[in-house]
Amino acid sequence: MIKKFDKKDEEAGSGSNPFQHLEKSAVLQEARIFNETPINPRRCLHILTKIIYLLNQGEHFGTTEATEAFFAMTRLFQSNDQTLRRMCYLTIKEMANISEDVIIVTSSLTKDMTGKEDVYRGPAIRALCRITDTTMLQAIERYMKQAIVDKVPSVSSSALVSSLHMVKMSYDVVKRWVNEAQEAASSDNIMVQYHALGLLYHLRKNDRLAVSKMLNKFTKSGLKSPFAYCMLIRIASKLLEETEGGHDSPLFDFIESCLRNKHEMVVYEAASAIVHMPNCTARELAPAVSVLQLFCSSPKAALRYAAVRTLNKVAMKHPSAVTACNLDLENLITDSNRSIATLAITTLLKTGSESSVDRLMKQISSFVSEISDEFKVVVVQAISALCQKYPRKHSVMMNFLSNMLRDDGGFEYKRAIVDCIISIIEDNPESKETGLAHLCEFIEDCEHTVLATKILHLLGKEGPRTPSPSKYIRFIFNRVVLESEAVRAAAVSALAKFGAQNDDLLPSVLVLMQRCMMDSDDEVRDRATFYMNVLQQKQKALNAAYIFNGLSVSIPGLEKSLHQYTLEPSEKPFDMKTVPLATAPITEQKTEIAPVATSKLPEKLAPSRQDIYQEQLAAIPEFQALGPLFKSSEPVQLTEAETEYVVRCIKHTFVGHMVFQFDCTNTLNDQLLQRVLVQMEPSEAYEVVQHVAAQSLPYSQPGSCYTLVRLPEDDPTAVSCTFSCAMKYLVRDCDPNTGEPDDDGYDDEYVLEDLEVTVADHIQKVLKPNFSAAWEEVGDEFEKEETFALASVRTLDEAVGNIISFLGMQPCERSDKVPENKNSHILFLAGVFRGGHDVLVRARLALADGVTMQVTVRSVDENVVDVILASVG
Amino acid sequence: MDSVALEPSLYTVKAIFILDNDGNRLLSKYYDAELYPSMKEQKNFEKNVFNKTQKADNEIAFLEGLTIVYKSSIDLFFYVVGSAQENELMLMAVLNCLFESLSQILRKNVERRCVLDNLDGVFLVVDEIIDGGVILESDPQQVVEKVNYKCVSEQAFGFVLFDYITGNMEGQGQKSQLL
Repeated sequence: MIKKFDKKDEEAGSGSNPFQHLEKSAVLQEARIFNETPINPRRCLHILTKIIYLLNQGEHFGTTEATEAFFAMTRLFQSNDQTLRRMCYLTIKEMANISEDVIIVTSSLTKDMTGKEDVYRGPAIRALCRITDTTMLQAIERYMKQAIVDKVPSVSSSALVSSLHMVKMSYDVVKRWVNEAQEAASSDNIMVQYHALGLLYHLRKNDRLAVSKMLNKFTKSGLKSPFAYCMLIRIASKLLEETEGGHDSPLFDFIESCLRNKHEMVVYEAASAIVHMPNCTARELAPAVSVLQLFCSSPKAALRYAAVRTLNKVAMKHPSAVTACNLDLENLITDSNRSIATLAITTLLKTGSESSVDRLMKQISSFVSEISDEFKVVVVQAISALCQKYPRKHSVMMNFLSNMLRDDGGFEYKRAIVDCIISIIEDNPESKETGLAHLCEFIEDCEHTVLATKILHLLGKEGPRTPSPSKYIRFIFNRVVLESEAVRAAAVSALAKFGAQNDDLLPSVLVLMQRCMMDSDDEVRDRATFYMNVLQQKQKALNAAYIFNGLSVSIPGLEKSLHQYTLEPSEKPFDMKTVPLATAPITEQKTEIAPVATSKLPEKLAPSRQDIYQEQLAAIPEFQALGPLFKSSEPVQLTEAETEYVVRCIKHTFVGHMVFQFDCTNTLNDQLLQRVLVQMEPSEAYEVVQHVAAQSLPYSQPGSCYTLVRLPEDDPTAVSCTFSCAMKYLVRDCDPNTGEPDDDGYDDEYVLEDLEVTVADHIQKVLKPNFSAAWEEVGDEFEKEETFALASVRTLDEAVGNIISFLGMQPCERSDKVPENKNSHILFLAGVFRGGHDVLVRARLALADGVTMQVTVRSVDENVVDVILASVG
Repeated sequence: MDSVALEPSLYTVKAIFILDNDGNRLLSKYYDAELYPSMKEQKNFEKNVFNKTQKADNEIAFLEGLTIVYKSSIDLFFYVVGSAQENELMLMAVLNCLFESLSQILRKNVERRCVLDNLDGVFLVVDEIIDGGVILESDPQQVVEKVNYKCVSEQAFGFVLFDYITGNMEGQGQKSQLL
């Protein structure tokens, strides 16, 4: 009979798909036969199928028409045709959200759920739970409890899974079914076992003790279902991670024992769990790695994929653990599944030796066009890691990357390549020219604004310092002619840098600038005009300040200060020095003189750590007159790790003061501390002005108290000082269980470790992208030079590290990296001294027996130069 | 491809779908409301998956941050989708169960025409294997028993034979058009 319908459809010209040209209105029209008596099951079945098919294709049903069809469908419950009934359940589930009054079928479904026909019961439960809300759930609760422990597996499973779905909606009701679920968990049926375990975990997951007990029980009794085992492994590894349990815990033993399970699924799950555990030792990894190695030669592609993907993860952290599998991985290089081949090669790139790199790269380039973007990114990341490991291979890599850059690909993929090339350029000066050439070629045809601006910025930074800067000008100016506003603006900035650095190019750059001043976009015109005027002055200092080295203030801070300034109009001009400096070395895009038309950049500037401190301190009345916060140090621990009270200190530096913020935690559950403050005894002429106490410090709730210190004004060179500190407070003993304190307390004192203030606390790091320009800008008016011998230092690396951390200044021009096998090195450091004076340090280091260091300091303030030299000595 | 540890949960399957050899959707279910909430995104995803998988019968792929296991049969493609961290073998178990169950109820004729003629049965099979993203049953034998579906070919064998021949020819016709 159904065939006849199909024939009719076909004759109507619907081709080989009987459902292809279904009209919703026609189907709904047909649905009227639901009301005919007697019911024709075959025809009705076919119409229901059509309705579900239409819903599945994304056809939109209006509420009225859906409700009408739904109500007509309810009549079909009178028929006893099995398939028809099952399709009714499906229709109910599909229409639950689009039709009104679906609860009308509750009684029919309840009847089926509790009836004699086992075939109906499971599906009826699932349909019923789909349309039930919290209020109605109470009414069927009794049936649900019975169904969970029903001896027919499909009924029990359906009830358990439906309960799980309803946990989100009515946790409290479902929670009452824990005992039934517990009973179901000991069922013989593997699926029931799995579903019961899932529901139990879901109900108990916030109670760590209960989860632990449950794990204990099931790991001992053993389960039959491989799915349930996978679930148990996940629960166990999560618990291990949360409790930071050692790897001698029984949970770890359980996971390891699963490596010997007879189901591959369980073995793989266990291996994957071990691999993903933090701080696993090589010995603990070994058994997991060896089962993965076996899987590598499995005939099942999914298993090979799973194994090599997991090995790839291991190789990131423990390349040596994977070397044993190198042979198996080699066999996978030619796997017909390109995903597997790619993963195998990238894993080998991480574990293999330098000699195999060329061969692997050749292998991978043969099919790189066939793999998906996700894997291409994996390849690029592997190359990036490889370049760091074997810097000498950069020419091979660079070639490969440039080929990849030419291929089609999405944004993420291109960005990964560009980032990789940039990092190679920065690490290997020899590769700079080839790298820049590849990037120039790329921006000629680049649809991603973000990448184009990034590359233009890099060209502006690196281009002028190459032997033949003129060849980049053409590429940059092409952007001005062809691209969108953001790219044009970036191109103008890049051009200006060429003009500022290369005198012979200046006339040509000025001509080009003049053309940019006619641009249709405001930002581009503004930039061009600005640079034009700066460049025409032909002053090195101006170039350095306004073209190479942009603003070093924190952007949110600047925004806030400007807003404040507009609120309180005054005669005084706005002073840039009142704006807090940016803490982190600012990244490239932010060093643009005017912010790029940032609307296209997705990320917003998050307030930095220092901006948060600034807010917090400004909220305390005692500190409001101190001016802008200059610098906040990293926290310093003033107590041992496991003592009664844990105290750490953050040093906040202001123009004339320092605020010490003590974050205290009370780890005694039988004490309440009140009026907590830290008494400080300075060794030098520092003056303790005021204490701000933490009023109350209950058990394990951190609180902060502050001490305000005035810096000596008459002796600006006194930058370092040692404070002996003691915490003073009122103790009130309290009941450990209730936290109820006694009525009276007593004063007590707790001695803390000494706190050092060093020169680094007075200097804020500032990145000067072009150090030599900045060096010229400051000038040699207050230059001083001295030579020191660092006898205790054995290597240049160590010396560089020491100087940077001691002075707390920002290394520029990547001079913090000492090239290998060199006996001398020059370190460039930049910073701003408290009060807003730029300070630059050039340290020439020579390695003989110890390290000899010649330090040259420049600043706009003489005192600052003295301070630095005095503190180095 | 970051590895954030998987939250222990029964919600294993993110989506399941069956496409014909032109990439048209015959059936698809999305179980994660956050994943491709609109029909347009879903179809776009299916198209993307289809384009990447139709040529090579590779069994497993990784696309748009999701693990996809798949299988083709004559003029049909079956897909099971899970998160990037999901146990690939669990997804395979679902895919195999789906395929085996359909193969049994369709009497080994797992091809487009037969699926369309028995679409109600196919809907019921999927419903028995996965419920809201949870694996309900993974044993094809159990699924077939629960669905208890009678393939239409039983009643009208002559028609089916006829359809089988014409269906096949149509299938070939389409293929040659494609080429």
